[in-house]
Amino acid sequence: MRAGITVFPGINRERDMAIALELASGRKPRMLWHTETDLSGLDLVVIPGGFSYGDYLRAGAMAAHSPIMGAVRAHAARGGYVLGACNGFQILTEAGLLPGALLRNVSLRFLAMDCHLRVERAGTAFTGHFQKGEVFRAVLAHGDGNYYADEPTLDRLEGEGLVAFRYAAPDGRLVAGANRNGSARAIAGIFSPNLRVLGLMPHAENLVDPVAGGEDGKKLFEGLAAAFAA
Amino acid sequence: MKNDLSALAAEFGLAPDEYARVLSILGRAPSLAELGIFSAMWSEHCSYKSSRVWLRALPTEAPWVIQGPGENAGVVAIGEGLAAVFKMESHNHPSFIEPYQGAATGVGGILRDVFTMGARPIANLNALRFGDPALPATKRIVDGVVRGIGGYGNCVGVPTVGGEINFHPAYNGNPLVNAMTVGIARADRIFRSAAAGVGNPVVYVGAKTGRDGIHGATMASAAFGEDAAEKRPTVQVGDPFTEKLLIEACLALMETDAIIAIQDMGAAGLTSSAVEMAGKGGLGIALDLDRVPVREERMSAYEMMLSESQERMLMVLAPGHEDEARAIFSKWELDFAIIGRLTDTGRIVVRHRGAVEADIPLGPLASEAPLYRRPLEEAPKPEILEDVTDPVGIEPALMRLIASPDLCSRRWVWDQYDATVGGQTVKRPGAADAAVVRVEGRKLALALTTDCTPRYCAADPEAGGAQAVAEAWRNLTATGARPLALTDNLNFGSPETPRVMGQLAGAIRGMAAASRALDFPVVSGNVSLYNETAGAPILPTPVIGGVGVLADARAAVGIALRPGLELVLIGAASGWLGSSLWLREIAGREDGAPPPVDLAAERRNGDFVRAQIAAGTVAACHDVSDGGLLVGVAEMALAGGCGARLVADPAGLPPHAFWFGEDQGRYVLAVADAPTLLAAAEAARVPAMRLGVAGGEDLTLPGAVAISLAALREAHERFFPAWLD
Repeated sequence: MRAGITVFPGINRERDMAIALELASGRKPRMLWHTETDLSGLDLVVIPGGFSYGDYLRAGAMAAHSPIMGAVRAHAARGGYVLGACNGFQILTEAGLLPGALLRNVSLRFLAMDCHLRVERAGTAFTGHFQKGEVFRAVLAHGDGNYYADEPTLDRLEGEGLVAFRYAAPDGRLVAGANRNGSARAIAGIFSPNLRVLGLMPHAENLVDPVAGGEDGKKLFEGLAAAFAA
Repeated sequence: MKNDLSALAAEFGLAPDEYARVLSILGRAPSLAELGIFSAMWSEHCSYKSSRVWLRALPTEAPWVIQGPGENAGVVAIGEGLAAVFKMESHNHPSFIEPYQGAATGVGGILRDVFTMGARPIANLNALRFGDPALPATKRIVDGVVRGIGGYGNCVGVPTVGGEINFHPAYNGNPLVNAMTVGIARADRIFRSAAAGVGNPVVYVGAKTGRDGIHGATMASAAFGEDAAEKRPTVQVGDPFTEKLLIEACLALMETDAIIAIQDMGAAGLTSSAVEMAGKGGLGIALDLDRVPVREERMSAYEMMLSESQERMLMVLAPGHEDEARAIFSKWELDFAIIGRLTDTGRIVVRHRGAVEADIPLGPLASEAPLYRRPLEEAPKPEILEDVTDPVGIEPALMRLIASPDLCSRRWVWDQYDATVGGQTVKRPGAADAAVVRVEGRKLALALTTDCTPRYCAADPEAGGAQAVAEAWRNLTATGARPLALTDNLNFGSPETPRVMGQLAGAIRGMAAASRALDFPVVSGNVSLYNETAGAPILPTPVIGGVGVLADARAAVGIALRPGLELVLIGAASGWLGSSLWLREIAGREDGAPPPVDLAAERRNGDFVRAQIAAGTVAACHDVSDGGLLVGVAEMALAGGCGARLVADPAGLPPHAFWFGEDQGRYVLAVADAPTLLAAAEAARVPAMRLGVAGGEDLTLPGAVAISLAALREAHERFFPAWLD
């Protein structure tokens, strides 16, 4: 798997993402400075977490207008794969590559804790190693993770099977307490219509190591590595 | 004019004799900028004028110490050619005035102290002390401080992994916010602040200078009156995004050979960084303020020299490296300006708009800085507490203690701090006695803790000072780490009060004794005095930040119980209730001598526990501290979601003294094989006692009803969310 990680000023989980990608694929990802525009040869572009431009205007709003995002749009239009995690998900919605928006958490507080995700759609490049309905642990670390879209959009996402993950209890039930940030329909991640762009709010990349919290998130990266192994 | 200036000097915090010394050094009346420079450099905050004579007693050396006190942070070797760089610093006064920004800039400031030395920050911790939770002001301060720490730390992407919180009415008007940062550097690539090379460029990088925080160091060197809220303009405003860029740009430049010296602009801003760099190098420095990047118009030399705008650094570059450095800062969209040169004059000369605004000899500015051996009075040692009868019984006392503000779960706080960014956090907050963070790409890990028990320090500063050091050492040991060194943050009231000076002197004496006995030297620190409002000082609070090392992160143990493990107490129990939390929370008293620390036993017990963990026989380990043995076991049970059946016999002690006494030097170990552990302890002449076995859904005491884990958890988790959500 030839992966690249976009680096905007203020991004802070790019090294975490690089570790997870390398662990799964055996190949170091290319770090892509925000002024770069050449993404040729990449199977996967990852927009990592952090606080691009300090989140000062609106989370992801500034980064969405950077030079590299033009190239990411073109990459996606060519059918290229894109993963946006946390701030990366916010950037993807701001850039119009995914619908909806990420609002302030309902508690109006930053949330930093483990959560459980239920896999809503298996069999994609991102979820190839999961079963539908499978539950895995991931790490929440955000102030603006409350997924919002209007009702027709939510209905369309559900109808077209574009909801990737939902916040759930460890046993898979959708309970209010599991949806800490208040996301519409407990949505934690969504796909683009061609299933090649994934926005995901929690951090799977922070659970890829038995010594540092556990390996629940590893399947996502191993699935990607397998999808691009050919 | 002369009278106006001496009045202004007094307003700037210079005593009359200090001002007289300024006049004699200059041989003339100072300019406004010069008066500002003298008053900032000679403030308690920058000069340590009241504490320095006592600080000399602290041991600062060990074979693994690379840099002791005197630089931006301490440095110790951790093996594999790497070093841990760390320091703790207070932001108490600003956090009372403006809790969010006060706490946020506290985090930012201590981060800069660490990456200034060439280290990538890998962890933050925070030691916090707040007033009475019943006061609305306390609620506002706690909420703001927690948001501020999270707001800054989460954004810069350095995990906040540990710390502590206590409440006491003595902090009503003076909360304490002590922030600690730990970083990793190559042991042979440590950057220091002594300037070298006459003619070399002095370079300003980072954020622009504004009018925020002017004279903050002076504010931090005075007690609050009734008008504390009016001091808001002296509080700085933090910008963690710029800090993140500054970290990356500085670390990138440090990969080159461009930097000769570097110093962050912290307290007293451009003044202290320029004076310290040139002074340490035995040189002079000429600054041209017209070149300083500013974000406000018509700033005076006084304002520019005293501004405490955040996220700024001063560097001396090797000649010819200017363009290389400029390119890096330009990539990170940060200001870069050559604002001066090193000179051979031994003076700081500041020019602004064609005029010389300051011209001060650096030698006397440092060597004639005031140094006080202030009058002190040590309080008599408190009486050892007589027997206290138990008014409520064991189970109700446990339920009340575990729910009390000082012992309840801190989950509400941790849940707002990103503890996992970086992907190297091995033990998150609450999982072990110390946080454990691995060095990226290695097995090597650091154990990190902050500790102080102010009620012990109030009762007996010397015993309390020793206890704070011992507890930090013990918390590192309980994870399996080898304690290496500590940073201290000494928070006290006014040094002009003899009783407060007595507390400071006593606490340092106790710290020094413990530090020496445990081979746990002091490598950096900070003193915060004048923590008092309207004449009422805080409890003496010498916070210890401890750093230890584990050769293999996988060997770190936490506190969580698992079914089937046997529980063994290491260390002797005498049922010491003096100054205990049980005494305060259950008996409603705050008297009695605090538990003494037997340093030889502390060392013996700790070395034994560490060896057992290294041998792989220990599944969980928790030190016995606030609340005593039963609270410790309850915390282990809650962490593991696993009950325990306790069978230990109090052995002649009253049950409440046995279960809630706070005797020092003790650990609870959870092991698969208790008889082997007990035999090993006996051979090592370490007191050990079987407590019971882990399992089930309840905590069961001999002869008492079972306490359900669910009820215990409900009580433990209640306080913070009920109070602040």
